[in-house]
Amino acid sequence: MTASVQERDLVVIGGGPAGLAAALAAKEDGIDDVLIIERSDELGGILNQCIHNGFGIHLFEKELTGPEYAERFIKDVMKEQIECLTGTVVTGLSREREITAVGQESGLLKIKAKAVVLAMGCRERTRSAIHIPGDRPAGVFTAGTIQQLINLDGYLPGKTVVILGSGDIGLIMARRLTLEGVKVQGVVEIMSYPGGLNRNIAQCLNDFGIPLYLSHTVVEIRGKERVEGVVVAPVDSRRVPILDRSFYVPCDTIVLSVGLIPENELSRMADVRLSSTTSGAYVDENLQTSVDGIFACGNVLHVHDVVDFVTRESWRAGKNAARFIKSGLPQCGIAVKPGKNVRYVVPHMVSGEQDVEFFLRASRPMGRSVLSIQPGLREVRQRIVKPSEMISVTLSADVIAKAKSSGEIRFELDERGTGQ
Amino acid sequence: MLVHFLECVVKAVSELVTRPKDSLGQFDILVIGGGVVGTAIARSLARYRWKTALVERFAELSFGTSKANSGIVHAGFHSTPGTLKAELCSKGCLMFPDLTSELDVEYKQNGVIMVAMSDEETDKLHMYLKQGEENRVPGMQFLSGDELRSREPNLSDRVVAGIFAPTGGVVSPFELTLALGENAAANGVSVFLETEVTGMEVRDRSIVQVNTNKGSIVARLVINAAGLYADKVANMAGDYSFTIRPRKGEEYLLDKRLEGTVHSTIFPLPTPVSKGILVIPTVHGNLMLGPTAEDTDDREDLSTTFEGFQQIFSMCSKMVNGLSPSDLIATFAGLRPASNRDDFVIGPSEQARNLINVGGIESPGLTAAPAIAEMVLEIVKDMSSDLGLPIEENEDYDPTRPGVRRFRCMTDEQRAAAIAEDPLFARIVCRCEQVTEAEIVDAIRRGARTLDGVKLRTRTGMGRCQGGFCTSRVMKILSRELGIPMTSITKRGGESRILLYEIKELLSASSDSVGAVDSDRTLSSGASVDTSGGDSKA
Repeated sequence: MTASVQERDLVVIGGGPAGLAAALAAKEDGIDDVLIIERSDELGGILNQCIHNGFGIHLFEKELTGPEYAERFIKDVMKEQIECLTGTVVTGLSREREITAVGQESGLLKIKAKAVVLAMGCRERTRSAIHIPGDRPAGVFTAGTIQQLINLDGYLPGKTVVILGSGDIGLIMARRLTLEGVKVQGVVEIMSYPGGLNRNIAQCLNDFGIPLYLSHTVVEIRGKERVEGVVVAPVDSRRVPILDRSFYVPCDTIVLSVGLIPENELSRMADVRLSSTTSGAYVDENLQTSVDGIFACGNVLHVHDVVDFVTRESWRAGKNAARFIKSGLPQCGIAVKPGKNVRYVVPHMVSGEQDVEFFLRASRPMGRSVLSIQPGLREVRQRIVKPSEMISVTLSADVIAKAKSSGEIRFELDERGTGQ
Repeated sequence: MLVHFLECVVKAVSELVTRPKDSLGQFDILVIGGGVVGTAIARSLARYRWKTALVERFAELSFGTSKANSGIVHAGFHSTPGTLKAELCSKGCLMFPDLTSELDVEYKQNGVIMVAMSDEETDKLHMYLKQGEENRVPGMQFLSGDELRSREPNLSDRVVAGIFAPTGGVVSPFELTLALGENAAANGVSVFLETEVTGMEVRDRSIVQVNTNKGSIVARLVINAAGLYADKVANMAGDYSFTIRPRKGEEYLLDKRLEGTVHSTIFPLPTPVSKGILVIPTVHGNLMLGPTAEDTDDREDLSTTFEGFQQIFSMCSKMVNGLSPSDLIATFAGLRPASNRDDFVIGPSEQARNLINVGGIESPGLTAAPAIAEMVLEIVKDMSSDLGLPIEENEDYDPTRPGVRRFRCMTDEQRAAAIAEDPLFARIVCRCEQVTEAEIVDAIRRGARTLDGVKLRTRTGMGRCQGGFCTSRVMKILSRELGIPMTSITKRGGESRILLYEIKELLSASSDSVGAVDSDRTLSSGASVDTSGGDSKA
């Protein structure tokens, strides 16, 4: 019964926006033998359940819905006749790029690939991951699960909802639920600033009069069988709940939008080195991980806030995977480091031989600021800085090359005029 | 006492109002309680030709105390020699290898280690060593801190000595309970779920009828394995010989990433009320920390607390390195049915002639359960002639349960073979725990009726995403296999429905219901806000 091992040029794990772009880019660069493996029955990934619009502003200058955005790439994949295995789950991946997968069409499958692109996306942080005490009734969901249940399956969880966390999916679901006649009692956010994009605060909460409780958290869930309510409390500057100022909010459903975690279980199997800050792989400017021939892009690498950036990054991953297969890739000797007020920068290593687009996030909200790229490479003014809004900067090869002697590029953010 | 009186009044009144006329039948023996003790007893009784019934108040077996058990098969050095706990724990522990192989339940004999973190504690270890010898616990060893660390490199430097007992193990308490129940049913025991005992008719110190919310049952002998309510059930028969005072325990489950941090279950020295907070490598490869021990009067309080969380991480981190709350994937609490006696309460009631009490089965109750079942069987045999229950062996009795095929435990070759046989093995529904549709369908055919029922049997939703991705898929399979609408599916029976409405249902019902105000508001403002911004964050 042992499956014979197939030899393939490029295997892309994940058929969401990242995987689709990477596969198309590699194909464009002359790799004909590309296989996409997707665990769901449809290509498109999480975009399929994102029926709101606003996708594609940067790439297409249009506000598409999630499925519309995905469809553009799926059509191209079909046109290019790129092979796709849907309903197929990768269960194993080794450093030697040997893949084991299981799917209804193909049964148990073993593949040895010349290059692999990791594009598995991310999962949502759960109730336990943030430890909310209390009962364990039915009616506690993550925002993405609710989005799937409403938009794809056609069901509503309940009729009164409290949302914990002001991440973008939570905000979008606040509006979606309200439009379905569900009463959203409020969005509770432990930080003193919202987790989601400004436009979502305006369009999903303010436009519907949904209250946002900043510097508050849920300290207890109540309800033996089904959720009956939550206890909400303000938090102090160290985010410790002030229990004697807590209040009870009745509801039958709790929706959690408390963060996303890149799904790197397969990367771990292949010994890919992971960053504790992004929970994604360490990559160089080619999006190659610490393991030769294994690339990572999209939300499995770091969590993006707009899909257009996922596509751009993944396109590069596909191009570089093609280059790796055809001629190999140069070494990258310059380390990229986050400095003051910067939480992370991707990629982590560059060569100075080609232009690179860097993605970075601030560690705290700031006003008018300057992003300085050391050693004295460039300064970029920022109007407003928020951890929820990713910053992208492109440096040309000759600018990066100036850091060859020091071997390090450092990104720092300073609030203008304060020196902080 | 007043509360108790009021409870009785309320129960009596509600019984008068709702008392059903239906009869669930006549049986030789009725077992009350579908936890590990009740199901183990029912299975042992099935070896004889008695007509046996088991009633369980929850939607599925094991949904009470057994579900939240720590899953440790204790070696037996903890209990005071001469007690039922000591005798039945040592005996039960040695029954686990055969029992779990008959039932195809995962079991790992990983040994237990009790650690001392001071010289004073080391002295106490010798007491437990001696106690273990008296309880005839085989193979115990006294080891120094360094010897322990060469066996378990992640034990902290604070550990100065310990006892290792090789016969201890780990099992999944709910898998065991469900398997015992399934095997009991396969051998002829009638199992009634969502069937709660509401009262008894007692004449001449004999129970003549047991009333439940579903109807009445007549039985010659009643076995009370009602866990947290064992005293209440005994009271119904006029037996006030013991009381149950629940003791809550919180458990914290960590990601499988930490598998291998410790190999044996690590115990501190016991406290006066419990065996302390442990680091448990579960049979499924997670680490579990717990349980706390807190007396409570609330028999339904399964909440976790911030205090419990803090206590557990501070205690466990003293014994084992590398534990962090950032690896938490699930938290839960269970209630130990502790009694006011220091020991298990097992034996014929002194008040009711045809009642056997099996109460106060707190730790080491899971370990002792198979031995308790054997002990109860002997008591039944002793009482049989008085009760008119002839002792005839059931020649059709089969102790084995059809094996469960677990995709995650198969080699690639076995997987390919399983897929060739049943293509549903190629559909992985729960990606974190690698559970296939074939296993979910099998679980439903074995009796799963709820989301938790599928979860406890197959592990769907038990991994790091906690059902974020698979909840909807499992519900669809339940809906299809059981022929019920999605909105009827519950988490664990009762009022725990997961999806309360279909889409648009709240909008169409807006004229008079609660939704009215909200939907008016959204309809008026909704039209003008369609210029939204979108995000791919999902």
